[in-house]
Amino acid sequence: MLTLEKRPQPSQFWSYAAPLVAVVLTMIAGAALFASLGTPPIEALSKIFWEPLFGEFNFFYLPQLLVKGAPLVAIALGLSLGFKAGIWNIGAEGQYIIGALCGAAVGLAFYPMESRWLIFPLMLIAGALGGFAWAMIPGILRVKFNTNEILVSLMLVYVAEQLLASMALGLMKNPEGMGFPGSRNLSQYASSSSWIDQGYGMHWGVVIALIAVIFAYILFSKHILGFQIKLAGQAPRAAAFSGVNPARLVLFCLGTSGALAGLAGLTEVSGPAGLVSIDFNVGYGFTAIIVAFLGRLNPIGILFAGALMALTYIGGDVAQSSLGLPGAAIQVFQGMLLFFLLAVDVLTNYRVRIKQGAVA
Amino acid sequence: MLRRTLLASAAATAMLGGIAAADGHEPVKVGFVYVGPVGDGGWTYEHNQGRLAVEEAFGDAVETVFVENVPEGPDAERVMTQMALEGADLIFTTSFGYMDPTINVAAQFPDVMFEHATGYKQADNVSVYSARFYEGRAVQGHIAGQITESNVIGYIASFPIPEVIRGINSAYLHALEVNPDVEFKIIWAYTWFDPAKEAEAASVLIEQGADVILQHTDSTAPQAAAQAANEAGATVYTFGQASDMAEFGPMPRVSSIIDDWGPYYVARTQAVMDGTWESVSTWDGIGAGMVGIGEISDAIPAEVKASAEAMVAELASGEYHAFTGPINKQDGTPWLAEGETAADFGDDGLAGMAFYVEGLTAEIPQ
Repeated sequence: MLTLEKRPQPSQFWSYAAPLVAVVLTMIAGAALFASLGTPPIEALSKIFWEPLFGEFNFFYLPQLLVKGAPLVAIALGLSLGFKAGIWNIGAEGQYIIGALCGAAVGLAFYPMESRWLIFPLMLIAGALGGFAWAMIPGILRVKFNTNEILVSLMLVYVAEQLLASMALGLMKNPEGMGFPGSRNLSQYASSSSWIDQGYGMHWGVVIALIAVIFAYILFSKHILGFQIKLAGQAPRAAAFSGVNPARLVLFCLGTSGALAGLAGLTEVSGPAGLVSIDFNVGYGFTAIIVAFLGRLNPIGILFAGALMALTYIGGDVAQSSLGLPGAAIQVFQGMLLFFLLAVDVLTNYRVRIKQGAVA
Repeated sequence: MLRRTLLASAAATAMLGGIAAADGHEPVKVGFVYVGPVGDGGWTYEHNQGRLAVEEAFGDAVETVFVENVPEGPDAERVMTQMALEGADLIFTTSFGYMDPTINVAAQFPDVMFEHATGYKQADNVSVYSARFYEGRAVQGHIAGQITESNVIGYIASFPIPEVIRGINSAYLHALEVNPDVEFKIIWAYTWFDPAKEAEAASVLIEQGADVILQHTDSTAPQAAAQAANEAGATVYTFGQASDMAEFGPMPRVSSIIDDWGPYYVARTQAVMDGTWESVSTWDGIGAGMVGIGEISDAIPAEVKASAEAMVAELASGEYHAFTGPINKQDGTPWLAEGETAADFGDDGLAGMAFYVEGLTAEIPQ
């Protein structure tokens, strides 16, 4: 009879192996799914994982990986700080929207000024502050009134979506847009574009994501704050005794993740997306939660997890158009990744034992 | 830089493919980008029916590909580029939000033809097309105004863009014409397709006394909500949107607006095969067959059905324009004089309509 036995220490080996095993299991289950839909499974998998990286048109897809992956990595890194400390910011999508709106507002306010070195930095600051402020709402409510930050931050996503629609239809609407919703295209003006080189998929969001990886790495490996975050997550009482101020930690974690989400939103709206539109947000804030866990809340891991997630999006669209796979099959495939990760994660904290004698 | 040259050479390959296609050696490849799932039963479903019509019309001479659920933004641009790289000769982008992405990608692939639905930006290789859905709305208003008992008509609107506002105005004017006491309650769902939200909106409208529900969202959820209300003893009428939704007839669904893209898609594909494709702006209505009126069920009085059918015929022949003056704007300022019909473009034209007509009490959300 198989039983689970709690490990005294989480297994170091399984903590690293779990994501890899989850990816392999996802591929196997995905192959079965595709086969049952009548698509050759190997071909489908190769369209998803191989084609964008090494296929004929990889000169186009590789830069797209940066475009798709950068906001995921930046947001997931911010979230990972809180997740380690047991502070659950589920509303990164809202902070992403508000960051984009604040940054875009600055860019649009200065239209048609051309001074790049004034306007774009101001937009960056406004984007970060916007996301920060939006995350402070659940932060302060939690610190002052002990509300649940999961619920508050999640509900604020819907508030942010309404604000976004209102801005796209009203205040920020393009006056030359013939009455249609949507702002001016920020990426078309040199002063407000976040593109560095569109041909290589390079925009400031990519740079910010990479810098954030380095900072997060240093924070966790060298800095006392990183230690305190981990301690607060693993042993809150011990953390309190060692002088960690829980209120400050909550505000720091939520604020940082909000600012990073805001920056991701701003660099997206002024680059790849270009304009404030009703449907500007496409769920990066939620997908980033998967990325954070898939990357083991580790900065380097998140970098790889973000790239993998981006790959499944891009490859998924390739598989749709070239093999006629339904979009829902791709979404199921992506969902399985988290499902298997959580399942395999059991092995990090438990070991499987074969018990004898239980059978009479 | 690198990408620009590579894309140029890819475009050159695509062009060679195009020449081969004109010779009949290779199937013409037609791509479709969808904003929703093909199974939405509404907007995207009908575009996909158009795609199937192309396949049926040309058989092996054509190859179609599609990607569904594509968000309007950078993802759309990527999907279009991917289709162009993979050798598509003609790409239909079937949602308003694909406008800028379509223009951007089209600029990089001058030899691939693009067709953008419901937008207003054209280029040498980008056509725009849309349907005069407001003609169908006129028929709906005409029926709704006569069958309502409570004089309250519920309207599930999607986004306050000209197309939707046009529909509300058209339905209201024609309901008012036959029923001076009619009142419109409008709920903005801020989505094209979200069955849960749409069902909720329908229930709220029914609770507020509406006994006819018009929808400008794509799912069948409002139909189901009305059906449930009717089973509980109410009498609520609905109209199919984008697709016939006949499975909800004869009650609550009493008629529908059907988007019929097939003939247009077939004609444009034919033009690419013949090498006669050029950039055009198409806005067709009931007359050209792009807007269909689904069968009017016998759940409504025979004389209402007959007068609605007469109206369809007049709209189709061009004898009657759905926006014929005198019509005032909501604030009372005159819009159209007696006998004047609305212009398509220009100030106060139909294309950019951003105001309600007189009598509607709600405000367009900003």
